[in-house]
Amino acid sequence: MENILQQIGIENYIYLSTLLFCVGVFGVLYRRNAIVMFMSIEIMLNAVNLLLVAFSTYHQDAAGQVFVFFSMAVAAAEVAVGLAILVAVYRNIKNIDIDNLKNLKG
Amino acid sequence: METNLALLLLLAPLAGFLLNIFAGKKLSRNLSGTLGTIAVAVSFAVTLFFFMQVSSTKEPVMVNLFKWMTLANFDVNFAFQLDQLSLLWLMFVTGIGTLIHVYSISYMHDDENIHKFFAYLNLFIFFMITLVMGSNLLIMFIGWEGVGLCSYLLIGFWYKNQDFNDAAKKAFIMNRIGDLGFLIGIFIIGYLFHSVDYIDIQNAIVSGSFDVNDINNMTWLGVATLCLFIGACGKSAQIPLYTWLPDAMAGPTPVSALIHAATMVTAGIFMITRMNFVFDLTPDVQNIIAIVGAVTSLIAASIGLMQNDIKKVLAYSTVSQLGLMFLALGLGAYEIAVFHVITHAFFKACLFLGSGSVIHAMSGEQDMRNMGGLRKVMKVTFITFLIATLAISGLPPFSGFFSKDEILMTAFHHNKPLWVIGSVASIMTAFYMFRLLYLTFFKGFRGTEEQKHHLHESPSLITFPLVVLAVLALVGGAISLPGSSWLNEYLAPIISHPAEHHALGTTEYMLMGVAVVGALVGIGLAYAKYIKQGFVPVPDNEITGFAKVVYNKFYVDEIYTAIVVKPIYALGAFFKNVTEVALSGFIFGLGKVANAIGAQGRTVQNGSIGLYLFVFVLSVCSIIAYIFLK
Repeated sequence: MENILQQIGIENYIYLSTLLFCVGVFGVLYRRNAIVMFMSIEIMLNAVNLLLVAFSTYHQDAAGQVFVFFSMAVAAAEVAVGLAILVAVYRNIKNIDIDNLKNLKG
Repeated sequence: METNLALLLLLAPLAGFLLNIFAGKKLSRNLSGTLGTIAVAVSFAVTLFFFMQVSSTKEPVMVNLFKWMTLANFDVNFAFQLDQLSLLWLMFVTGIGTLIHVYSISYMHDDENIHKFFAYLNLFIFFMITLVMGSNLLIMFIGWEGVGLCSYLLIGFWYKNQDFNDAAKKAFIMNRIGDLGFLIGIFIIGYLFHSVDYIDIQNAIVSGSFDVNDINNMTWLGVATLCLFIGACGKSAQIPLYTWLPDAMAGPTPVSALIHAATMVTAGIFMITRMNFVFDLTPDVQNIIAIVGAVTSLIAASIGLMQNDIKKVLAYSTVSQLGLMFLALGLGAYEIAVFHVITHAFFKACLFLGSGSVIHAMSGEQDMRNMGGLRKVMKVTFITFLIATLAISGLPPFSGFFSKDEILMTAFHHNKPLWVIGSVASIMTAFYMFRLLYLTFFKGFRGTEEQKHHLHESPSLITFPLVVLAVLALVGGAISLPGSSWLNEYLAPIISHPAEHHALGTTEYMLMGVAVVGALVGIGLAYAKYIKQGFVPVPDNEITGFAKVVYNKFYVDEIYTAIVVKPIYALGAFFKNVTEVALSGFIFGLGKVANAIGAQGRTVQNGSIGLYLFVFVLSVCSIIAYIFLK
């Protein structure tokens, strides 16, 4: 493990996860399909997970990796709920384009 | 045992009240009244028992229920004190109360709200007992407020008439003014003595722990007694707070007899007699009391000369007699004031109930100009009324003679001008009472044919209390005959400085003679005017000159309206039209601003999730930028 870190360097992990996070953010901002936005959110989540694992290894502390397991479990639950909502939305308006979801205005 | 009996005495009327107010509609008319009467009769029986006991043992019965409130070095117990004075008061409150309840069963029989009437009467008796029995000023205050409430409820009993409602409100508000004085007086007493308990206060004065030579103490004490006297003025209808009592005649006649003649209005005299050891220390206030009493007695008597409403005459005579009692109080002759309270309770209750009997026979007519000649049809009412009239006029051997004569005698020895005022008031009393008697019972009948057809003697439930009260009015003077007074000895433990009793010498007999001659002159004048000349008071619009001023009660009500009520209304109008408009404009302005902001703000929430997310990300980025770049 140390070898891999030495070979690649912690800063590259940081660059990667920052990149992944930004991809996620822009995905959420620019795409209008709810499922794709959902996937983008997952990318952001996993970018953070990656960073957590990298730092965990760097500090020789297993707590960060344990935390990632929790994070993944919660993400799985969240996905289940989110997809269920999307299914319900689809049943109502026959598509999942967020521009059609404008009933919540003041 | 004593605690239970005292509680029975207190709570029996309350039980009657609760029963009548909650279940009264389901009871039959007679049952409702009977229950109310029994409740008071129970109280009377218990009072009689205690009265016998205390008369023989001469030891007051103290009943301590619980500790009411505790403050730093200031305790108030919820306790009752049954001593000579409170038992004497309870005797005639419950005794006359019972008679008037009996009377009301018949008098109010056709009223749709008879159960409510008895409920209120019982509640009144309950509060009156509280007032009299309490062992400290705060408990007296509970009763004081309670009887005021009942007075309000009963004056406005026929609430469908707006005038009656106004009279009720007037009585309540006027009483509130006095009550405020009373309350302030209690506060100052509490401040000075660290207690409001009668016995504690008396002990503090007697033992010297309250320094009567300290000028600061005495100033405050003077303010306290003056405030207490203002309270008494409100309740006992003295100048300047007397105008509610004549208006209070809007209530049913038994109410006038019970509350506004015999019992409640004597509460002020009771309070001052209760606190006599305090009033004795403030001679200046005593002077004020004496002067106010004498002037009230004269002014009320002079107004009474010109009234044509049978109950109004009696009302002003009540104010006038109360004035005489205050005169006695101011002269330090507490036992004489109490004596007059008792005889007055007998003959005035009799007079009011008699007038009720007359009004009953006249189908609600109260104007004496439409009466006359009732002597032939209403024999019992006439005879009892005659006895009571003779008593109030102060002719021997009727009870009023003894009490009134003692007051005047005391006044003569202390303060001659007050004696003159009192004597003139007494002559006027004799005149207007016989005017009332002649106009009502003598000569021919002046009412309509229909009324004449209806004339009848009242049923026995009405005449029975009349007879009892007339007998008491006849012999009531026996409790304090000049020379050998049972009452003075009985009250000796209560009064710390008894008035000096003058031996019956030439002066005293002469004074009696003057009083009797004065009364006879008043009666003679009335006889000459209303029997010999057959004069009948002219209709309202033909009264002119000074008579008109007197007939309109010296325009006191109008003056009060002009100097108190109108300015208050003007102030209210000012607040409504200026202050409220300005304030509400300001508040509404704020509301409008908030609305306008909201109207703009709601357009931001347009439902576009993309925009929300964009703003969200932008905001997070800004926060991060702020944190790292600052």
